Amino acid sequence: MVQRLKEVDVVVIGVGMVGSIVAKELAAAGYKVVGLERGQTRFTVPEFQSPAIHDELRFDIRKALMQDNTREPVTFRNQGSQVALPVRRWESFLPGTGLGGSMVHWNGQTYRFQANDFQLATRTRERYGKGFLDPDVTIQDWGVTYDDLEPHYDRFEYLLGTSGKAGNIKGQIQAGGDPHESPRSREYPTPPQKEHFQGAMFRKAASSLGYHPFPQPSSNLSQPYTNPEGMKLNACVFCGFCERYACEHYAKSVPQTMILPVLLANPNFELRTGCQVQRINLDSTKKHATGVTYIDAVGREFEQPASLVITSTFAINNIRMLLLSGIGKPYDPATGQGVVGRNYAYQTMSTVASFFDEDVIINPFMASGASGTLINDFAGDNFDHSGLGFIGGAFIGAVNTNGRPIQYHPVPPGTPNWGKGWKQAVVKHYNHTIMFSLHGSSVSQRRNYCDLDPTYKDAWGQPVLRITFDFPPNDIKMAAHVTAKAVEIGKAMGAKQVAGNPRKGPYTVTQYQTTHNTGGTVMGDSPKTSVVNRYLQSWDVPNVFVIGASNYPQNASWNPTGTLGALTYWAIDALKNKYLKNPGRLVSA
Amino acid sequence: MDKVTRRSFVTTVGAATVVPATALLPLTASAASAAPAKTAGIAEQPDTTYLFFNAAEVLFIEAACERLIPADESGPGALGAGVPNYLDKQLGGAWGAGERLYRSGPWQAGTPSQGYQLPFTPAELFHASLRAIDRDLDAQGTPFHGMSPEAQDVYLKALESGAHDLDGVPSAVFFDMLLKMSIEGFFSDPVYGGNRNMVAWRMIGFPGAYADYYEAIDRHGVKFEREPMSLAEDAHGHVHVRQDIPANL
Repeated sequence: MVQRLKEVDVVVIGVGMVGSIVAKELAAAGYKVVGLERGQTRFTVPEFQSPAIHDELRFDIRKALMQDNTREPVTFRNQGSQVALPVRRWESFLPGTGLGGSMVHWNGQTYRFQANDFQLATRTRERYGKGFLDPDVTIQDWGVTYDDLEPHYDRFEYLLGTSGKAGNIKGQIQAGGDPHESPRSREYPTPPQKEHFQGAMFRKAASSLGYHPFPQPSSNLSQPYTNPEGMKLNACVFCGFCERYACEHYAKSVPQTMILPVLLANPNFELRTGCQVQRINLDSTKKHATGVTYIDAVGREFEQPASLVITSTFAINNIRMLLLSGIGKPYDPATGQGVVGRNYAYQTMSTVASFFDEDVIINPFMASGASGTLINDFAGDNFDHSGLGFIGGAFIGAVNTNGRPIQYHPVPPGTPNWGKGWKQAVVKHYNHTIMFSLHGSSVSQRRNYCDLDPTYKDAWGQPVLRITFDFPPNDIKMAAHVTAKAVEIGKAMGAKQVAGNPRKGPYTVTQYQTTHNTGGTVMGDSPKTSVVNRYLQSWDVPNVFVIGASNYPQNASWNPTGTLGALTYWAIDALKNKYLKNPGRLVSA
Repeated sequence: MDKVTRRSFVTTVGAATVVPATALLPLTASAASAAPAKTAGIAEQPDTTYLFFNAAEVLFIEAACERLIPADESGPGALGAGVPNYLDKQLGGAWGAGERLYRSGPWQAGTPSQGYQLPFTPAELFHASLRAIDRDLDAQGTPFHGMSPEAQDVYLKALESGAHDLDGVPSAVFFDMLLKMSIEGFFSDPVYGGNRNMVAWRMIGFPGAYADYYEAIDRHGVKFEREPMSLAEDAHGHVHVRQDIPANL
């Protein structure tokens, strides 16, 4: 028995970072908004409290804050010729669940993409010529430019209070910042966090090689901050339990600390947790959404009618929501036709470990999720790719975030996996090693995509998402090139031994890499190659907006959250000032 | 279910290879720097009461864990840290029963990239594998705990390389789970029953659940000296074991 509820103006699916910001803006503008969150309600107090939150086994290894994969798994295969099998335990990427979404367990690394990234196909063609790329690569322009997004990046960073040093303010290069960044309109809201020893060592070595080190922009704040919503945040104390954990200090910008209390105080907004949205409902024309159907925590089914539906779930769940709802044509890799699930991309992560003598004391456990030092000299298109046979790059940084020992016990190559040799190496190197992260871009490629799995079902009986992905040759080449550069920096630090670990294929779901899944509902200029237009409005069902990293046509060299925040405010601007005043297509197809 | 205490086990099989390391080793420098009350805690640790492993399994698990993480001059190994106790409690609890494991079929072996694809829960996997190992070694004539350390390593390496079929379980899958869980037990908070007296944390200098480095972080290159802290310490520094903490919030 489905209960039909009273119609509202807006339904928001997923009350994470995007959902809480969108809902707050639309509720404040006078619209009746319902937020449907599949997970549970949770706040800094009482849920995120120490010392219980500092439990590596529970949060790192057992993945306590993550999507319940026993009820909602994904399936995976490297190639379309293989049978996709369930990811039976999370490892490679970790989507969160519950109020505040994945942002609750993020690192706070808050980057902007560069102007070049938003016009990647055009700029690549212009700089390197038409035949430069592997023909299987399907990169494309975003349909928005950096200049479109700059005010929205700015607004997002001031919401978070991001701690950093500008490198380029209105075209003027700023000492101490990133000279490669695209112009920003003003300085970061708060100064950089204190630099840890690894960062200081990296800074010196990178400078000596002529590179341009700068402090990692961090939304674990360097000082107390009151954001434009009136929310007060504290200074981070470098506890070393950041990613995969929630912050007990009110020092990490997450929905709970930056906006949710404001949203929840607005009577125009109603939060419903434990609600699993089954699909967005369409009318008989299939061109208009009538609302959503969801099942609550005790198993009751509801229909929630709404004039506007915004899906703002984690990237891969946005893709699945559209596929389950029949919105947009599913992508077929055999023909290249269709768009939903197309251009699924990831992040190409490599590492370099530098091993020092025992008189170099690192204290790896003192860190925030974003207190490192890095360079962008080999990121994006900041270096000449002529003759290299690939596009893209990676930031290189001493951005180690913790010394939690189940996961972090670096040993040099050649060390046995266990036994006395292993144990001695762990003891010897734990406090005397510096890890670099090489955060690489990811091109979209014809054969990498998502669709609905033909076999496996979730707990509600619906098909799960099937991911078909392997690293494109472009990105493997990129990883090898940038890793060689990073090894030189390790040597310049004076390390006794430097071990480069460039990402190689095949992609595996058995090893954590990053939770930066992108694409599948990409934005763009044409309904033939994108799911949503430049305002993140569905081409097919104009009263559905899709907001997530699933909008990225390919992934860039930086963590995706800053850009997602900018896109969120960009879409809100279009909703408030264009769509809601006159509902209909914002771009003609 | 059989219950085997550590004391009865040691008495039974003798001290040749598997005596708890803490009983033999002098305190290391790092352990000696611990507060007296906590150092005394080593001796006060209760014997392990096994609830999951049966008597035969205990013989293998204690011996194998100590080869994976042996006692040496840097400090106790898996036995001294209580790793078999950690395994016993995890496998006997929700984790062993398949907590956080997607368990619906159909089942088939995948590629290495696709990860674990067996229908077994961790508890089932351990019981099935250990039974097969026991039978295998029975046929050879020497049980694992009766082998020399060198021979034990050779056998463990064979398991690691996948050389054995353990009643359908590839031995590499079992070995991988055994090693991963041993490292977990060694380095996780002592609240779960391993890392007794935080020996593994002391060995590497990890302060545990302690979490305020605001003043220390920019004192570059200076060793941070502090007693490690457990989640479950009472006012007297005694750690209360609670192995049944759920794997969700």
